Amino acid sequence: MVTVRAGRGRPWSPWRAFLAILRRDLYVTGRELPFFLAQVILQPLFLLFVFGKVLTQLGYARPGYVDVLFPGLVALAAVLTGFQSTALPLVIEFSYSNEIEDRLLAPLPIGAVALEKVVVSAMRGAIAAAVMFPIGLWLLGSIPWSAGAALGVSVMTVLGALIGAAMGLVLGTFVSPNRINLTFALVTTPLLFTGSSQYPWPSLTHIRWFQVVSALNPMTYVSEGLRGLMAPDVPHIQTWICFVAAIGSLVALTVVGLIGFLRRALG
Amino acid sequence: MDVDDKDPDVAVEVADLVKRYPRAPVDSVGGISFGVRRGEVFGFLGPNGAGKTTTIGILTTRIRPTAGSARVAGVDVMADPVGARRVLGVVPQQNNLDRSLSVRQNLLFHASYHGVPRALRKTRADELLAQFGLADRANGRPDDFSGGQIQRMMIARALMHDPTVLFLDEPSTGLDPAARLFTWERVAQLKAEGTTVVITTHDMEEAATLSDRVAIIDHGKLLALDTPIALVKGMAGERTLDCLVEAEDATEPAAVHGPLDRLSAVDRVEELDDPEVSGWRFRVYVQSDPASLVAVVAQVISDAGARLVDVRLGEPTLEDVFIHLTGRSLR
Repeated sequence: MVTVRAGRGRPWSPWRAFLAILRRDLYVTGRELPFFLAQVILQPLFLLFVFGKVLTQLGYARPGYVDVLFPGLVALAAVLTGFQSTALPLVIEFSYSNEIEDRLLAPLPIGAVALEKVVVSAMRGAIAAAVMFPIGLWLLGSIPWSAGAALGVSVMTVLGALIGAAMGLVLGTFVSPNRINLTFALVTTPLLFTGSSQYPWPSLTHIRWFQVVSALNPMTYVSEGLRGLMAPDVPHIQTWICFVAAIGSLVALTVVGLIGFLRRALG
Repeated sequence: MDVDDKDPDVAVEVADLVKRYPRAPVDSVGGISFGVRRGEVFGFLGPNGAGKTTTIGILTTRIRPTAGSARVAGVDVMADPVGARRVLGVVPQQNNLDRSLSVRQNLLFHASYHGVPRALRKTRADELLAQFGLADRANGRPDDFSGGQIQRMMIARALMHDPTVLFLDEPSTGLDPAARLFTWERVAQLKAEGTTVVITTHDMEEAATLSDRVAIIDHGKLLALDTPIALVKGMAGERTLDCLVEAEDATEPAAVHGPLDRLSAVDRVEELDDPEVSGWRFRVYVQSDPASLVAVVAQVISDAGARLVDVRLGEPTLEDVFIHLTGRSLR
């Protein structure tokens, strides 16, 4: 006989459920933090090492290349980590483990469960981007920075992480589980190399088609925005355009992702 | 919003519920209506694909109906799904435990999603873990447990927020007999504590054992709804005595068949072909309790120059009711 009743009749705010599922994800992320960091840092770390250090020291890249590369890699870490934290876990939770069901049955709107996923993944993306700064300092000795950029850089980094998470929401809900491996391979690499993270977008005028392709990748605006804020001397898309494009793509991706999520969550 | 005192007698109300999936040629649920009384165990009996799980999906806010209405504990599941999720609990067919959390954390986090205060959820988790025989492995991960234990964890989890109505989808599918019995005992206990329980099953024994009332559903239609006893009572013609008869003086089955058929308590007699058995087999359909007729039947057979060597009494079951209603068997 259960003697302790859960008690009902108190006023209810779905925010409490939202915070509770957020706490669950933060708890799981926190417990796996070392593995999580190792997983997200490795790729930008090697990119930074090979392109920023090795190629520069060997004389194949100019010393100023670091000013191009570093802001781009911060953007890459934010977007890619946000993306990876949502896409694959969502596919697994919706198909193989079904473990998202307990949260879908919690007393909060279904869409809020999707937004919580985006928020947590964006936090992970922002952490991954933040970690790039001490790594950059340690590896390169100095990183591009301009006075008064801190707020803009923070906002743009968070935007990048949110964009990545929303991309993951779209992919994780629209792609059928049995095609996820193929889709991941087909999406991740182009995402990685068309986001203007390793080159400044305005200099692509001679490779017009690639400039167009890059303009379609929302990561471009995060890379360019961070570049404009951190290394204003490097050619870059104007910062306000970057913010508008980033916010626009975030809204569009979130709306599409929510539609996909509701389709998966509700029969 | 206090949902507990809207209608004290009705826990679930379903009216003209229809679900047609996109591009499906027919309705999965074809306009069903029923009510579940507060505190009763309500069984949905039907074969796989009958529309049981879809109906439960609608009642638990996971499937949007095409038409009709449904209320759980007074809450309209379409208009207020968040409110409905506060008052219902779900034990799904498949394991959906959170694999990143221990058993105990599964219960605690579930309660926190539902706003159960921290101190209360700890006490309640400990109680339920003990009650479900999971206390000594409370810190283990769900991956390491057997099917029966996972089932218990999912029931315990669903009870953490003290739901008014508990939905169990195919609770004993794939369980061994002991685990099945444990689940049945838990359901009986929940009923005793006043929780309304709705189960789906394709197992007529489970439906008959657990349910106060059974709804028989097939092709999305509600075919019958009553207590198991009343459903079976409508099947008086299905009470039988299966007799194995050895010939002594008699030379052909007709010698026994005729006198049996002439008994006033007997509806009709069928001869069964069974090449595995030497002797004659008859199925005698009777009106009243078959056990009380064994002596009379034995005497008639003996008078006809044969000997009754084996008899099996057949009482109608929900399976017979289902066959009667649909012309098919449950599986």
